[in-house]
Amino acid sequence: MYDTSDIRKGLKVLLDGNPYTVVEFQFIKPGKGAAFTRTRFKNLLSGAVIERNIRSGEKLEPANVEERTMQYLYKEADDLVFMDDKSFEQVQVRAEMIGEAADLMKDNLPCTVLFFNERPVDVTLPTFVLLEVTASEPGVAGNTAAGNVTKAATVETGGSVQVPLFINIGDMIKIDTRTHEYVERVNKK
Amino acid sequence: MSAIRGRVVARDGDDALVRTARGDVRVKHAGAAQPGDLVELEGAGLPLRRVRKYPRTEYPPRGSEVARLPPSRRGNLAARGRMMAALREFFASREFVEVDTPLVVPAPGLEVHLAAVPAGNGFLITSPEYQMKRLLAGGMERIYQVCKCFRAGEVGHHHQPEFTMLEWYRAWEDLDAIARDTEQLVAHVATAVNGRPQVTVHGKKIAVDGPWLRLTVAEAMYDHAKVAVRGDESVAELTEAVRAAGIDPGTARHWDDVFFTAFVERVEPALAAIDRPVLLADWPAPLAALARRKPGNPAVAERFEAYVGGVELANAFGELTDPLEQRARFEDDLGVRRARGLPQYPIDERFLAALGEGLPPSAGIALGVDRLAMLVLGARTIDEVVAFAAGEI
Repeated sequence: MYDTSDIRKGLKVLLDGNPYTVVEFQFIKPGKGAAFTRTRFKNLLSGAVIERNIRSGEKLEPANVEERTMQYLYKEADDLVFMDDKSFEQVQVRAEMIGEAADLMKDNLPCTVLFFNERPVDVTLPTFVLLEVTASEPGVAGNTAAGNVTKAATVETGGSVQVPLFINIGDMIKIDTRTHEYVERVNKK
Repeated sequence: MSAIRGRVVARDGDDALVRTARGDVRVKHAGAAQPGDLVELEGAGLPLRRVRKYPRTEYPPRGSEVARLPPSRRGNLAARGRMMAALREFFASREFVEVDTPLVVPAPGLEVHLAAVPAGNGFLITSPEYQMKRLLAGGMERIYQVCKCFRAGEVGHHHQPEFTMLEWYRAWEDLDAIARDTEQLVAHVATAVNGRPQVTVHGKKIAVDGPWLRLTVAEAMYDHAKVAVRGDESVAELTEAVRAAGIDPGTARHWDDVFFTAFVERVEPALAAIDRPVLLADWPAPLAALARRKPGNPAVAERFEAYVGGVELANAFGELTDPLEQRARFEDDLGVRRARGLPQYPIDERFLAALGEGLPPSAGIALGVDRLAMLVLGARTIDEVVAFAAGEI
């Protein structure tokens, strides 16, 4: 069990059966009263943030969570298969857990897989990925006047991204996996 | 032979005084080197070579890690100095005597939630109140003190384990006189520093000229936490009321812990949203500390706390002068300390004896000077307004 003196950013605890991580905390002490730690926790499953005042002397239950770096191997029906680089252990994760970013995943992509009670519950991709554009209409000059400054492009993993008009097939582009947005064109090797 | 580096600390005509790791040396024909410059001494008799030149405004130079103060710290310390001058002027003009009582004492405060720091054969004070009240019992009528107090383990935006306290007392007067002093003092020092009676809390400007909003604890708890508190209910009754208001008291089993769970969750944030300073008065008897019970309503104590923008600035008592009740409260605190495995401090028998010989009816207050400086200077944390915070020593 943890007590309030253990509270620090990133501490993983179990609240009402759900795993949370500490994102912010502050020592408070009302005059003549006990000390409290005003703590903001993020739910590791839903991302929701809650605030609790933990009185000095209260206990917090550690959450059995572990973050492991794993390589994306391949897709199998609705599941994605990841492998631990060190133990070569493989796990299957439902594609819906990753959401929209699943179509930006290339083989061997290193991801962070979060395990809660030994089960994978969340996958975090690298913030940026570099992918080759495999299909896109040529940019049409003059279209910019209508505010139409982007066009759809398909990348090698099959995902579709809005890109500027100057992007051509064969360009390598950098994509933000959190927003699914184009960031920049990367010089070709 | 490697050259010795040093910093020019002064010029004397054509010579320069250079401070090096091996002491100060006088260098002849120092050329254009100015105080603050980092220089290299090539060897005995050789002229010094200026390595880097700094304008005075860039002193200490970039790259110095220990000497360099965080941005705005120098300005804050200068303004805090002006605040302290105004504070002393305030008390002098009201004919208060500034006193200095000992910092090391055999018997620190017994309050359950304060941890004293051991020092020598005794402890560093958590408040100078016992000694100041002995001065009142000894015949002094208006006294104030600015001193360091020490409370182990308290570190946060509004806490430092070593902090500066202001306490003042008036014999033969009541809590209203202390409330007026508080309003006037804060307005006076804010005006001295900022040109107007205004402070800043988390970027929000708050006018501090009086009168401040008066609220009772019962009103604040009812309005903001929907908990009715009288002060004489049992802990079970209070716990039920807190639960009914939708607040989880967790593992709290003591009256004060249940109360503060609701207070911290609902009342403190509400006080922070009020755009005037608040005097929160009539504390429930279980939270009386060293305050006397209110004549006519023994369920509450003659105690107020001053809150400005949600920052708890000061705590005031109509002083408990009855030595028997005071001894009983000390015994209670020691009982709770025993039950919780907390250190047992001795009871200050000289303080109790002084009460027995006659402490006049009095009122007094303890105000956090660092927090006052935070408010006056618009700082967000105590670290910004002290010379060196706990992590910087």
